[in-house]
Amino acid sequence: MANLYPRWFNRLPLMAGAGLLLSGALVTAGAWYYLTPKYSRVGYQPVQPVPYSHKTHVDQLGLDCRYCHSAVDKSWYANIPSPSVCMNCHSQVLASDARLAPIRDSFKSGEPVPWVQIHRTPDFVYFNHAVHVNRGVSCVSCHGQINEMVEVRHEKPLTMAFCLDCHRNPAPNLRPPEEVYNLRWTNDPAKQLAMGKKFAHDWKIMSSQNCYTCHR
Amino acid sequence: MRYFLITLLLITAAVVSVAGVRGALSRKPPLEVFPDMKRQPKLRPQKPSAFFADQRDSRLPVAGTVPVDALLSDSPAATGFVPGTTNYAAISPYPMTAEWLERGHQRFTIYCSPCHSAAGDGNGIITKYGLLKAGNFHDPRILKMPDGQLFNTITLGKNQMPSYAAQIPIPDRWAIIAYVRALERTRLGDLNDVPVENRAALR
Repeated sequence: MANLYPRWFNRLPLMAGAGLLLSGALVTAGAWYYLTPKYSRVGYQPVQPVPYSHKTHVDQLGLDCRYCHSAVDKSWYANIPSPSVCMNCHSQVLASDARLAPIRDSFKSGEPVPWVQIHRTPDFVYFNHAVHVNRGVSCVSCHGQINEMVEVRHEKPLTMAFCLDCHRNPAPNLRPPEEVYNLRWTNDPAKQLAMGKKFAHDWKIMSSQNCYTCHR
Repeated sequence: MRYFLITLLLITAAVVSVAGVRGALSRKPPLEVFPDMKRQPKLRPQKPSAFFADQRDSRLPVAGTVPVDALLSDSPAATGFVPGTTNYAAISPYPMTAEWLERGHQRFTIYCSPCHSAAGDGNGIITKYGLLKAGNFHDPRILKMPDGQLFNTITLGKNQMPSYAAQIPIPDRWAIIAYVRALERTRLGDLNDVPVENRAALR
């Protein structure tokens, strides 16, 4: 009787197992790499109605973040300035520049400038800007080096793990309050840890990990 | 087996070439697979909303709304005027303390120094980019102004200066005025302000 199954059939279970394992590993690796805001959100840099450069305004002119985002230390929400704030200077500086036309139109008509939101947490996340900046967490901790960005891009993943990493160990991100808006400020990592621990103790920072801290 | 491996390799290469790497710049908004919980039909500040005819979910005040600040309306703290008159209040209604001055220093640095400069001489950085010279706080004209008049200028603006009422709440305006007064004194000092034992070091 002729062989119904060829000889390589003996290795079929082994090959199937190895193939499944390999495919599984690749799918897992792909999901781990791609199915996270580290991939989906980081690098998002939408085209804005006005090519506003934080580098020019912060690095070159030395404006404080709060000149425009004036509610960041009072409110849970860091406000996008109204066009009247732009016009404080731009009624005279670059007063007829074509790039600023949407600002002037909005200033005259009262219609909002259609800025595109970049850092957008889910609607069930309640991040409070004021409590963070008033306790020594700088803008750069979550937004990256905004002062070096000609166009703003999503720099940090802002995943739940990102929040929890800091809530479990806030010391690396705590600065002296007067340096919170100094986006160029750096500290010796060894000193930073001791300093951060001291701040966390002195200011009674209890960075809660309770669900209700951020979700409600 | 060989064909299987080649297929796997091709699929991997296809995925990587289409999806790219983490952190690559993208103009398109992030893909949200199940947006129904992440994006709820509720109001968030400064977002468009289909609920209102004008699409704003940050509502504009109804015409004739009286802001909470105005509850103080008659006091000099809210107006800068002596109540019932058109005379400016001579001095700030807030007591001067070290913390108050520090608050004023901080707020001055944020909102005033871009034009008036950290020294208050009106040569802030913006004046190098086409803005007219801002007011010099060391000018006798401003030195003589009552505190209430400075308050009025911050609140309503003057000449090229726009109103800062939206950016600076009322108490902060008075803190800034306190700091401006301290700044003015830095150029008004004379030898009598220096303790006797330190005078020799000046010569």
